[in-house]
Amino acid sequence: MSLGSGTESALATDIAFWVIAVSVIISAVAVVHMRDVFRAALFLVVVFLGTAGLFVLLRAEFLAVVQVIVYVGAISVLILFAILMTQDAEQGSPPNRLRYPVGLLAFLLGAAAVFTALNTEWTLLADALQGTLTTEAAQMVNEVYSNTIPQIASLLLRDYVLAFEAVSVLLLAAIIGALVLVRER
Amino acid sequence: MSLENFLILGAILFAIGLYGALSKRNAIAVLMSIELMFNAVNITAVALSRYVVPASLLGDAASITDQAARTLLTGQIFSIFIITVAAAEIALGVAIVIALYRSRETVFVTDATQLKN
Repeated sequence: MSLGSGTESALATDIAFWVIAVSVIISAVAVVHMRDVFRAALFLVVVFLGTAGLFVLLRAEFLAVVQVIVYVGAISVLILFAILMTQDAEQGSPPNRLRYPVGLLAFLLGAAAVFTALNTEWTLLADALQGTLTTEAAQMVNEVYSNTIPQIASLLLRDYVLAFEAVSVLLLAAIIGALVLVRER
Repeated sequence: MSLENFLILGAILFAIGLYGALSKRNAIAVLMSIELMFNAVNITAVALSRYVVPASLLGDAASITDQAARTLLTGQIFSIFIITVAAAEIALGVAIVIALYRSRETVFVTDATQLKN
């Protein structure tokens, strides 16, 4: 594997991937199947942590850290707070009448996505590094993956600076909106 | 561990999240299912940016600049924006659930019928 100077062995990453993938899927099923919302939220934390592990396997270490800080640190705590604050209304999390048609719909959509993933001709980076890519380009690929954080900073603050500012304003609006919604009248 | 493995994992997670979001009555469970779908999309975006070569790198040597090399990480930038939007969404969602609970003593989306009829 010549992608981005990895020293990890292929077998170890394979084992890590399968362990994480299986536990993430089992936890996700638990999230939608638990009647107890609090336990479902705890399983959601497992899904978030597993996703962070997958980001590490995909050599997106910065994103893995962001995932742990934002999802595991902030979002799951917010969800647990909401569950505790609404606890005396809690009657579990029963499914509504649409359960079976919605299950069929989700299954069909997932099957269509899997079919598309398996039947598309992807232009893989690994193949391009062996063949069509020039040596300069291959060197640049290695450079980008050897230290991704400065590249992400350049992308955020040069190439996508407008989206970056827009999303900052969105966060501000969300904070103010949440404060207005929950304040005591 | 290949691109297809990650895409299939993302598809399965998204389908589970879709099922949960549409079939649950508890608003907090719906929010959690939506987070599952966000995570599935993040995994897919990062996997695509890791395994698929961007067209800007396939030209001749002269046309490849630093900026072209950076496009390798575009999927990660998408993920960062998705995470930001997810944080904003969950903050507002939880605020709405608490407001609903205060006014209606319920957290079931099927009971929020103020706008009905």
